[in-house]
Amino acid sequence: MAVGVLGIGIGFVSAPGTVEEAKAMVAAHDDGHGDSHGEEASHAIASDHGEATDHSAAHDEHLLHQLQNRPWSALYVAAFFFFMIALGVLAFYGIQRASQAGWSPMLFRVMEGITAYLVPGGIIVFVILVLSVLHFNHMFTWMDADVVAHDKLLQNKAGYLNPTFFLIRAAIFLGGWIGYREISRKLSIAQDNADDNSNFKKNFRFSAAFLVFYLISESIMSWDWIMSVDPHWFSTLFGWYVFASMIVSGITVIAMVTIYLKSKGYLPDVNDSHIHDLAKFMFGFSIFWTYLWFGQFMLIWYANIPEEVTYFVTRIEDYNLPFFGMVVMNFVFPLLLLMNSDFKRVNWFVIMTGIVLLAGHYLDIFNMIMPATVGDQWYIGIPELGAILFFAGAFIFWVFRALTHAPLQPTRNPFIEESRHFHY
Amino acid sequence: MASHYEAPIRKPLVLGDKGYHDVSVDIAAPVEGRANTQWWIVFSIALAALLWGVGAIIYTISTGIGTWGLNKTVNWAWDITNFVWWVGIGHAGTLISAVLLLFRQKWRMAINRSAEAMTIFSVIQAGLFPIIHMGRPWLAYWVVPIPNQFGSLWVNFNSPLLWDVFAISTYLSVSLVFWWTGLLPDFGMIRDRAVKPFQKKIYGLVSFGWTGRAKDWQRFEEVSLVLAGLATPLVLSVHTIVSFDFATSVIPGWHTTIFPPYFVAGAIFSGFAMVQTLLIIMRKVSHLEDYITVQHIELMNIVIMITGSIVGCAYITELFIAWYSGVEYEQYAFLNRATGPYWWAYLLMMSCNVVSPQIMWFKKIRTSIVISFIISIVVNVGMWFERFVIIVTSLHRDYLPSSWTMFSPTFVDIGIFIGTIGFFFVLFLLYSRTFPVIAQAEVKSILKSSGARYKALRDAGKPLYTISKNGIVRETIINNNPEAEVSSESNQGESLLSALGSFDSGTQDPDDLKKVKGIGPLMEKTLNKLGIFSFLQVSKMTQKEYDLLDSLTGAFPGRAQRDDWAGQARMFLNNDK
Repeated sequence: MAVGVLGIGIGFVSAPGTVEEAKAMVAAHDDGHGDSHGEEASHAIASDHGEATDHSAAHDEHLLHQLQNRPWSALYVAAFFFFMIALGVLAFYGIQRASQAGWSPMLFRVMEGITAYLVPGGIIVFVILVLSVLHFNHMFTWMDADVVAHDKLLQNKAGYLNPTFFLIRAAIFLGGWIGYREISRKLSIAQDNADDNSNFKKNFRFSAAFLVFYLISESIMSWDWIMSVDPHWFSTLFGWYVFASMIVSGITVIAMVTIYLKSKGYLPDVNDSHIHDLAKFMFGFSIFWTYLWFGQFMLIWYANIPEEVTYFVTRIEDYNLPFFGMVVMNFVFPLLLLMNSDFKRVNWFVIMTGIVLLAGHYLDIFNMIMPATVGDQWYIGIPELGAILFFAGAFIFWVFRALTHAPLQPTRNPFIEESRHFHY
Repeated sequence: MASHYEAPIRKPLVLGDKGYHDVSVDIAAPVEGRANTQWWIVFSIALAALLWGVGAIIYTISTGIGTWGLNKTVNWAWDITNFVWWVGIGHAGTLISAVLLLFRQKWRMAINRSAEAMTIFSVIQAGLFPIIHMGRPWLAYWVVPIPNQFGSLWVNFNSPLLWDVFAISTYLSVSLVFWWTGLLPDFGMIRDRAVKPFQKKIYGLVSFGWTGRAKDWQRFEEVSLVLAGLATPLVLSVHTIVSFDFATSVIPGWHTTIFPPYFVAGAIFSGFAMVQTLLIIMRKVSHLEDYITVQHIELMNIVIMITGSIVGCAYITELFIAWYSGVEYEQYAFLNRATGPYWWAYLLMMSCNVVSPQIMWFKKIRTSIVISFIISIVVNVGMWFERFVIIVTSLHRDYLPSSWTMFSPTFVDIGIFIGTIGFFFVLFLLYSRTFPVIAQAEVKSILKSSGARYKALRDAGKPLYTISKNGIVRETIINNNPEAEVSSESNQGESLLSALGSFDSGTQDPDDLKKVKGIGPLMEKTLNKLGIFSFLQVSKMTQKEYDLLDSLTGAFPGRAQRDDWAGQARMFLNNDK
């Protein structure tokens, strides 16, 4: 079976792989052009402003910076989004392991395949962060020594928000996540050929330890990589809010990959009840995401403290459509579509909802980064779509390549029989 | 769940050699028996505390809120602390029954009934505080938006305090319906077992005419699932709105976005600690060790450990973001919490809630009943102090140093708090003697997949049903005594006595065995002839002895088991003590 899966797997992987890579080339090409487009646009706007009013040059320069930021931000949002999917899957996988769930072992290989993207995805995000530190872009204004010199608040934060410490933290977190992923994958495959449950038990312990590490590191990561693009703004809930987005996207991708593989006949023992359960999690975590989104929004909106509320004022004024559109896509849509328990078992229904959910959560990340980096000069155009296609291609290629490396159904997990018999 | 298959590495959730009838007998026992002296002692103490609380409440209402320790800086202290504490405890019930139901956690079935009871009783305590705080509780209905002709009297829909009214009353009513729905088949069981007409009447009324037809069960399951779906968002909403009471303000230390999920996690944390406290006692007192096993205690400890860690993570996040925000008021609020005059409360909160659950990482500790009990109390104390720290330390040093002050509770504050604890235990103790404290219908549904007896049968490769002509299960798997079969009658009599212990008429008084339902004067004589005189002996009878007795007497085969003589005798023994 392993050989069969391997052989056929390579067959279908090569097809989307090349198509996506072709798109990716286009995307990379566009990235290059994005810069020049941006600058042209900025000139046009700058000259408009110049004629209309006696606006200061500083404003124009600010605008130029924003527009120069745009392709970078587009790249970063997409890179982070796909990385976040893999990390969300890893967290879900860790929870399944640590809670000794009986229904999910049948899906472990799928999850392990998706988390394989942590390595390239993590490295790409890290490279982008390093390039930011090296001033190739202005996404993180606090990295600019000039800005900090004129900003009392940022000076106070410099003990935490400084480039060296920032990169050290990123390296530790990535190392921890990737390390757990590799260890757990190795133990999971070793369990199939073992004659006792020692690998399984070790995996349980590593998963529990990972979850503790993840609880702390995920929050700090979200402050570092996302919240600090608005260096004056702060919210204690932010880490958990990003987590909600992450886990919904992750589970959605698990469901989509599982349905695809099953439709090709690689997962004969996965039944509609497994899909039903994944869809329930998509539904449940979408509500959870909305709960946290609302909690954060409502408390800041209600208290109306200028330092805090500016964050949402920007989003409602300049990003009205993506901001509220995302709530519709991430909440109203899954709420209405996945409420009915029969619909959760209809595979194409889950796929369609999943596509909307993923688009919605991309928008969520978009709304977190863009207002700080490009201000009101946002647009979902060629740089954004190109970057999405590039990373989607890379993600699909890498994930399906990893899926071919091992049999898609574990054989000796102690709970595998429960998972095979699982029906709701 | 429909599948009876379960991985062999999962531990059994019902211990001992239990069949379906044994479950009925064990769970009906505390209801059918009479309370022992210990129960009366604890009940009297709780009642005394309740009466003291009632006195304190009457004093407050007749004199005014001035009898409390509040002042103009700290204008909210014990009342709201106690309110939040009780609401928090009220969280685990719905979490266990609804969320664990949705996650198909079978272990919930042994604990959900009591957890839900605890929820309802503690929400009642919580509800008392706002009503007392109104000063004129007879006007409590003014918090409800009733069209009226009192002039400008109308509720403020912008206030989270009003949302609380809606959230908590919804929560209480849904929890109550959910609880009672689950109780119907169990009340039906007790009604069918009742011998006295009064009991039969009462349990017939409260079981709403449950008949146990397939249609009843189908409706029952449908309603349970719908209510679980409704209750899950309620678990989140109630404590979220309680947290809004603070977080919608602009007071440093209160206004922080993490409050909603962090309060919910804290509530689950304290709720599970209280369930742990109550159930560790109850399993002992009501002889339910086979149903609420060490495995259950361990799993609850793990939930406590996880939620404790989440709460700890939230504490650290708050501290860090307070510094990161660069807002000096925010920074001072947290500095003052940790190093100000209330440092001891902060330290207590940190050590009870963050540090103490971490020792649960060790399997030895989380499977130790004594340590689990101690930790559960520690967590309850810690969570009370958490609310105290959040509320009082954020208020007592406001923007104007000249109005800085401390809070000290008066005897009335303390009296009302102790009164609610008394009230809670009065309700819980009454419940534990009149309600089936374990959801026996649900436990029976997992007996075949997770009961020790059926697991053993399955491992031995034997069929799960082995029925003899008397309707008694002959196969005893746990008991591996091959020499049980003895042929001659006298040998049987001796082996019966050797199992039950002999009776020395010189030093002991014979008991009136006729008290046991199913033993008439004739049977008593037969038993006496065999050497059985005391309840102690009867209480030791098991399947093997019942069978021996049947073959000796030949009368009413299976009667002793059906009436559970051993269980009845055990009850009389307890009463005599």
